[in-house]
Amino acid sequence: MTKATYLPAAAGLALCATGALAETPVLQVYTYDSFTTEWGPGPAVEAAFEETCACDLQFVNAGDGAALLARLQLEGPRTEADIVLGLDTNLTAAARETGLFAPHGVTADLDLPIGWEDPDFLPFDWGYFAFVGNAGAAAPANMPELAASDAKIVIQDPRSSTPGLGLLMWVKAAYGDEAPSIWADLADNIVTVTPGWSEAYGLFLDGEADAVLSYTTSPAYHLIAEEDASKVAWAFDEGHYMQVEVAGKVAGTDQPALADAFLAFMVSDTFQSVIPTTNWMYPAATPEAGLPEGFETLITPEKSLLMTADEAAAARDTALDEWRTALSQ
Amino acid sequence: MAHRALAIAPRWPGILAGLVVVALTLGTLAAVALRAEWDSGLSTADWAAIRFTVLQALVSAALSTLLAVPVARALARRRFAGRDLLVTLLGAPFLLPVIVAVLGLLAIFGRGGVLNAGLAWLGLPPFSIYGFHGVVLAHVFFNLPLATRLLLQGWLAIPAERYRLAATLNAPVGRFLEWPMLRAIGPGVFLVIFLICLTSFAVALTLGGGPRATTVELAIYQALRFDFDLGRAALLAGVQFGLCATGALIAWKFSAQAMLSGGLDRTIQRWDKGSPVRDGLAIAAAAAFLLLPLVMIILRGLPGIADLPPGIWQAAIRSVSVALTSALLCIVMAVSLGLWRSGWVTAIGFLPLAASGLVIGTGAFLVVFPFVNPARLALVVTALVNATLALPFVLRSIAPAIEEVHTNFSRLGATLGFGPLAWLRLVVLPRIAQPLGFGAGLAAALSMGDLGVIALFAGDAQETLPLAMYRLMGAYRMEAAASAALLLLGLSFTVFAVFDWVGRRHAAV
Repeated sequence: MTKATYLPAAAGLALCATGALAETPVLQVYTYDSFTTEWGPGPAVEAAFEETCACDLQFVNAGDGAALLARLQLEGPRTEADIVLGLDTNLTAAARETGLFAPHGVTADLDLPIGWEDPDFLPFDWGYFAFVGNAGAAAPANMPELAASDAKIVIQDPRSSTPGLGLLMWVKAAYGDEAPSIWADLADNIVTVTPGWSEAYGLFLDGEADAVLSYTTSPAYHLIAEEDASKVAWAFDEGHYMQVEVAGKVAGTDQPALADAFLAFMVSDTFQSVIPTTNWMYPAATPEAGLPEGFETLITPEKSLLMTADEAAAARDTALDEWRTALSQ
Repeated sequence: MAHRALAIAPRWPGILAGLVVVALTLGTLAAVALRAEWDSGLSTADWAAIRFTVLQALVSAALSTLLAVPVARALARRRFAGRDLLVTLLGAPFLLPVIVAVLGLLAIFGRGGVLNAGLAWLGLPPFSIYGFHGVVLAHVFFNLPLATRLLLQGWLAIPAERYRLAATLNAPVGRFLEWPMLRAIGPGVFLVIFLICLTSFAVALTLGGGPRATTVELAIYQALRFDFDLGRAALLAGVQFGLCATGALIAWKFSAQAMLSGGLDRTIQRWDKGSPVRDGLAIAAAAAFLLLPLVMIILRGLPGIADLPPGIWQAAIRSVSVALTSALLCIVMAVSLGLWRSGWVTAIGFLPLAASGLVIGTGAFLVVFPFVNPARLALVVTALVNATLALPFVLRSIAPAIEEVHTNFSRLGATLGFGPLAWLRLVVLPRIAQPLGFGAGLAAALSMGDLGVIALFAGDAQETLPLAMYRLMGAYRMEAAASAALLLLGLSFTVFAVFDWVGRRHAAV
């Protein structure tokens, strides 16, 4: 069975011929790049799911969360994707609007700091955005304090990266109409704005800045994988904005049963226990064995900030304008 | 310009190559535009982006070209041990993927870099690379080598007999030979670099310091990736084409007609060597500026190179195959176009520079998707698109040589009754071998570093080296990524150097 059925005969003969030999059904999961690296959750997830499903689980990479959605929109209803894994709540409104997604139908006990009632998108992990700096250095306790300090930070551009967009939402959620003045005050702390997370994190590790916008869980990577306790996340008392990463079932899937099985598997213990030390995020449902050693050292924000998908979609353009105006002065 | 009374080569390969270029640039743009819902115009932010884009590109191109003049001149008239190696090495920055180059530059000019360590030691205030000047610095770093190489070819194209004549008449070489040559090719070099800088966005964003440093290309990226506003993306890509076309017209107006005529390809002997100190300084300064960041990339990447995961080596092999295919496609297209010798060739040579890589990728995706799974074509499309993107550089370096061959040898060729293939093999190729080798090397290296096209098409099994490097960074493996970057630098440079060397070896002397 292949999904290449719509191929025009002339172009498709060769492909169909090779496809017809394969008998195992194929489940295609569109996801972002770092999910499928050999250190990411991808390989473990693939192996574990294929053991149970008698199917071939294939990951298809597309940049980051935003690129993932754009890819799906490019392909439209003819997409071969069965599952899209790796959108976040800032993107789900736009994703829903495409009409390409079907309800996930999974009921699971999730351990998010907030309630979850989205019928179309199911979380697989989550984290808090945070500025990550060096242990021992002065750590501001909130955005205004950061703005008043001499600390230099690197952030990501909200027009090209999901963490950059997350920071916009963070400031907007915490400070509402005050957001423009927060940004104006922060302007002189921002060393530079990078196109994506990788560039920013690289600059920080190279000593170009005192802190970088990342996640509260980033220090866990250094601690657990590199036995390096020198990185800490700054705890902000106005709360930390959350990123909830979700997956959805593509409405036009030709493998609905497999897709449902995968979504159920996604919130199972097997999948969830892989997340903390591969994706370096919190699992959406805490595994029975608990979180790996080292996670207890991470800061736990007192307040979780998160706009609903619709709020985020509505706030985005204004927030972007405010950000651009304040930093262009 | 000679007319085609004596054309020996057929026109159809050139026309075919031209059609491929038009399809990949204007065709993909049309594919995006056709899918678009048109509901948006340009915002004030877009206008600010346009102003910034043009301004930084103008300054970057002017500085790169002007600084390249003394360097190319010094390299053209000095012979010293290791000169050939240096000329090749100086080409390296242009071949680097943006992120690798930026990290190298930051190791020197960054907040924690060598320069600031030195300034602090001297008790001087720190230097910040972030801002408009950082963007310009990076663009000069990228493009000075290209400008130097293109100008150097201009110098080397002045027939040795001319120098001898000038020496005999005691005429100033600068005014009678060098200035006319610079007038003829300088504006073209400026234009090429202007167009490269016009379409950059990662450099501008990373070193520009914030939203002030927004380029049109970033706006296209945002429209495609975050807003999925194909209409806006197509509109902005159209704006970019417009800017480039304007730049091309202006440069064309300012370039003088080439006045080279046939020499006998002898090694250049110069009687007017001028000040060796000044030449030495120009070469040393350029070498330090261009090579130190590379040294830093090597130093950072070297420790982890043995520990790179096996997947990286597979990605490296894939990248090299794509690069070689791309180089081959590129030379075939360039020679076909060059031999066509139509006025269209100049315009076609500009198209890829004016196009947005993202729009090409997206358009190609839209065209291909209904027929074939794009992942199956990822490597093929990457090779083809990159061959096209490198075409302007190759055309620019071989066009004058082909023109010269035509002016000087076509009568002879016609007299001897050469067929097209014999003409190509015996007369044309040896005379364009040097710039062709350079161009093929460039095409291979640029394709090796490509990220834009492959990222859109690639499935899991088509990971190339730059993609693998980014994925390492995304998985926090910054040290492994630094080693992958070094591997990428080494491979890009090697393929470039091999092509360049082959070209020089087969050049008619």
